[in-house]
Amino acid sequence: MKTVEEIRAAIEASVPGAGVEVVPNPSVSGQHSLRLSPDCAVAVAMFLRDDAELRLDFLSNVTGVDWPDKEIAEKVKVMRWVTKTVDSIEQPVEEIVEETRKRVVQGCLEAVYHLYSVEKKHGPVVIRMRTANRTDEVELPSLTPVWRSAEFQEREIFDLYGIVFKGHPDLRRLLMWEAFKDHPMRRDYVEPDDFEWEPTAHDEVLRRAAERKNREQGIGNRE
Amino acid sequence: MTVAENKTERLDGWNRPPVMEPDGEGELLEVAMGPHHPSTHGVFRMDVALDGERVIRLRPVFGYLHRNHEKLAEGMSYLASMPFTDRLDYICPITNNWAYALAVEKLTGQEVPERAEYLRVILGELTRFQNHASSVGFLIQEMGASGTPLMYAFREREKILDLFEELTGARMMVNYMRFGGCRVDATPAWLDHARKVVAGLPGFVDEFERLLTGNEILMARCQGVGILKPELAVNAGVTGPMLRASGVNYDIRKVDGYGIYNRFNFRVPLGDHWDVYDRFMIRLLEMRESISILEQALKDIPGGPVMDPKAKIRGFRPKPGEAYGRIEAPKGELGFYLISDGGPNPYRYRVRPPSLINLTILEDMCLGQNVADVVLIFGSVDIVLGEVDR
Repeated sequence: MKTVEEIRAAIEASVPGAGVEVVPNPSVSGQHSLRLSPDCAVAVAMFLRDDAELRLDFLSNVTGVDWPDKEIAEKVKVMRWVTKTVDSIEQPVEEIVEETRKRVVQGCLEAVYHLYSVEKKHGPVVIRMRTANRTDEVELPSLTPVWRSAEFQEREIFDLYGIVFKGHPDLRRLLMWEAFKDHPMRRDYVEPDDFEWEPTAHDEVLRRAAERKNREQGIGNRE
Repeated sequence: MTVAENKTERLDGWNRPPVMEPDGEGELLEVAMGPHHPSTHGVFRMDVALDGERVIRLRPVFGYLHRNHEKLAEGMSYLASMPFTDRLDYICPITNNWAYALAVEKLTGQEVPERAEYLRVILGELTRFQNHASSVGFLIQEMGASGTPLMYAFREREKILDLFEELTGARMMVNYMRFGGCRVDATPAWLDHARKVVAGLPGFVDEFERLLTGNEILMARCQGVGILKPELAVNAGVTGPMLRASGVNYDIRKVDGYGIYNRFNFRVPLGDHWDVYDRFMIRLLEMRESISILEQALKDIPGGPVMDPKAKIRGFRPKPGEAYGRIEAPKGELGFYLISDGGPNPYRYRVRPPSLINLTILEDMCLGQNVADVVLIFGSVDIVLGEVDR
């Protein structure tokens, strides 16, 4: 079995400009992965499946991961003019002040694929793809035409994470119902309080209903 | 193995089910089989379009038992989701425990004592035996043999569940494995009891085979029905007895040799007609191989602890990273994918459910068959809805 570095080199040799990155895995499992750029993903997948040495003909597991926007607080030292009383005269003085600045790192949605070879009996080779952001650019190419086993699993990711797989033959929700709006596996998903009718609503249910009412009155009905 | 022939297949949709047109004049009949159909083992629906008796389209509909197991597990510590894994495939809870423990052990690098490995193999193979026995029983039940063969299977399953109860305190929701070992040790009396039960199993399989294998009705209903070609099976990620019935030699016990499976002598039965009857036979043959593994394991089991006393099973924080661990569960490849961000809870917890992925090719197998055979083909896939919907 080739190492990830060797696989990366083989991909670069056969699909020029594939833009494959090695993502090291610091855990003891040692399952390092390859990050594909969405543009060349299908070509790379075909290569991985059909290459005589790799023959990764069996796609075992497909899953999504949500990486929300992260706010990073950094301490920065800045020069500032401060008015101070020096020698009993008020005058501006230059001083170094420490300031906390916040920076937002753009989040993304990720799809992870675990590949094995039934013919050569090796694996896993882990490949992953990232969307541009979590809101409007959530498209990734579907690998279902290459490996049929992605069919239901990509539908599940579309359902629970909201990644839109371009080229999927039948992209519908898998587990939630058609009219459902949100994506429950996202980290920032807030569960609604009114899915189930309770004959004698109490405590938690009442509290959440009141919260919802306030919310709706505050910002108007969001529907 | 004929997969290599398809090496040059490109993206021409060879792995899609064909679009079938109705022939003849009559109207198309659309039937919703389920969600409360007696043959679906739970709440599952198949939207079937029928041209006379012939199936020309089939759409499986999931989600009736969805409770977002993955989200629940992401909100609790690693150990706290162990009892929840029992509820995935509730026919074989031990193998679910095992797959999860294996994934966490890969993530943290914990070692498992030898006695615990043997106990895992013993319980895992007992689970495989009772799963195959009851799944064959269910298949025959769906064929119309109401009750009798299923009760034969359940009589044997009962003995194995008694063993589980004696060891773990529960018949089904066992919650037995821990990261780096097992929860309780087996007493010598339990091992003797297990040996006695295992000694009775070959007789049961013989009896089962005498009752079923050569049965004319069973052969007429099963042979040549629901054929699944090996190249499609591999491409569609089908695993377990389904894949081996299609003639592909792929058993994770042999390939990965996880735990201590490479110490045991056992064979991997393969089918060569790829139909429902092969899937039925493969399960019977695998039961015999399980008995052989059980005999070897019960003979060789060493003494010692079942858990490293210094191992931390509660409140640990794995280093950031990820791991995918998989085992050969009775229904196919059961995998757990975990991402740790260094916290006490998994950042991402994913179950790779063999039952769901084995259903990918349900439509391909059913197209062109009679509607009565759909029930049979579906039964031969062997699914549990707790795992399909999670």
